[in-house]
Amino acid sequence: MTGDAMSVPWTIGLAYLLSAVLFILALRGLSSPASSRTGNRFGMAGMALAIGTTLYTHNASALPEILIALAVGGAIGLLIAQRIVMTAMPQLVAAFHSLVGLAAVVVGAAAFLDPVAFGIVEPGTAEIFNHSRIELGLGVAIGAITFSGSIIAFLKLNGTMSGQPILLPARHFINLGTLAAITGLIGWFYAMPAPSMAPWPFWTVMGLSFLIGVLLIIPIGGADMPVVVSMLNSYSGWAAAAMGFTLQNTAMIVTGALVGSSGAILSYIMCKAMNRSFLSVIAGGFGAEAASGGGAAIDRPYKRGSAEDAAFLMKQADSLIIVPGYGMAVSQAQHALRDMADLLKAAGVTVRYAIHPVAGRMPGHMNVLLAEANIPYDEVFELEDINSAFAQTDVAFVIGANDVTNPAAKTDKASPIYGMPILDVANAGTVLFIKRSMGGAGYAGVDNELFYRDNTMMLLADAKKMVEAIVKALGH
Amino acid sequence: MDVIGTLSIFVLACFVGYYVVWSVTPALHTPLMAVTNAISSVIIIGALIANAEASGSAARYLGLAGIVLAGVNIFGGFSVTERMLAMYRKKDRP
Repeated sequence: MTGDAMSVPWTIGLAYLLSAVLFILALRGLSSPASSRTGNRFGMAGMALAIGTTLYTHNASALPEILIALAVGGAIGLLIAQRIVMTAMPQLVAAFHSLVGLAAVVVGAAAFLDPVAFGIVEPGTAEIFNHSRIELGLGVAIGAITFSGSIIAFLKLNGTMSGQPILLPARHFINLGTLAAITGLIGWFYAMPAPSMAPWPFWTVMGLSFLIGVLLIIPIGGADMPVVVSMLNSYSGWAAAAMGFTLQNTAMIVTGALVGSSGAILSYIMCKAMNRSFLSVIAGGFGAEAASGGGAAIDRPYKRGSAEDAAFLMKQADSLIIVPGYGMAVSQAQHALRDMADLLKAAGVTVRYAIHPVAGRMPGHMNVLLAEANIPYDEVFELEDINSAFAQTDVAFVIGANDVTNPAAKTDKASPIYGMPILDVANAGTVLFIKRSMGGAGYAGVDNELFYRDNTMMLLADAKKMVEAIVKALGH
Repeated sequence: MDVIGTLSIFVLACFVGYYVVWSVTPALHTPLMAVTNAISSVIIIGALIANAEASGSAARYLGLAGIVLAGVNIFGGFSVTERMLAMYRKKDRP
């Protein structure tokens, strides 16, 4: 058959519908670790079915080069997936998002250049359906934003580019102007009478969208990346859905909607966990004050401890809650941490882990790292499930987290993190707090009251080195 | 299918997505992102059609590029998700 999507035989439509159902089951499987792998297999089956159906219904003479392209892409993908270290997962996901975005742009451009192949022209003319123009315009715009935005997110997460916000003068004005121009051009592209249809509005939409993707992400600081990555995840879904409309393809529309809502929900969860509005994150600039704001209270007295002190305290304890944060990922301390936990468990200490939703650089980042270190997931708890337990816990061990433990979020109305839900580590009998030095504050640029409390012992060192020293001390 | 028909599918799928994603355990949010990444590469359908049905070389090679890009994502996305999920285990391990 030709690419005329309007005359799809029902069996083909059914196959795409089945593949959409398999994708839904793939996400459904993630409701528990036990069912998650089966879910992932459903996802693979759905993708194989979608690709197989498309190949079966289209020009078979193109098959060899399609298979070669798929093999090349697949080999690269597998290689990356097998080699990537778990701490680099946020940047990998950002990089993958950029590919989806670029693929959407490429497909949109192909459909614009060769609309007959996609069956989106009025029969007998070269006129692209009006609704297809909107879909193409939106798909390409969202795809391009996803691409360039994800590239910037990747560079920031990878450390290639500084995580500091880059604030252009009049950036809100520039961004809103660019977005208005894109919207206007898509409108024009939609309304243009066919015979005189100029190609430039379409390409300008594409170009401006690449630009706005960069402009939107550069002012956003490194610590707001969980929201950014989720948001770009959402965009990649909407781009796929828009292209699905163009192709009248159920699998693409359903998948796009699933991915779009998934990313949107994750963004919402992350924003809520920081008590920030989505708009304030997108507006960017948060964390810019960190450079100037920190260091105000460096001279205050605090208690400093050694690895031996920490080992002694934890060994004496009945219960311990470990609070990991981004610093654990940076120093790759999760394996040493697990050794420490094993020794303590052998000594009769109850060990649990408390995860704040925005700990790390992407949703669920800490859980993956703990899982990688073979820490059983039933020892790992979310904020609301464990927060009340700190009061009955002997020792809280904070490793690489800072702002998510800061009592100022509850007490100091002037604090930039006021209202953010925090882990109540201060309620524990003793707080052991690993930090590189007393100098730097957290990303929010606020000092942490916790450091100076009587029941807090600061362990000033690299997280991994400190944990390894504690492991050594526990061995004696 | 008309535009309203496809729009209905889209809107209903957003609701399905909403409820399914809220039921995902927060511990698996990173694999969720990886797998949504992989499945959103279903956009490869468009690239396959562009390549197979193109009348000129521009759309054909754009389609080919799309296949490579989506291919990286599909294989990479599912495989890295599999790798992550294999690491989650319960307490009573050997």
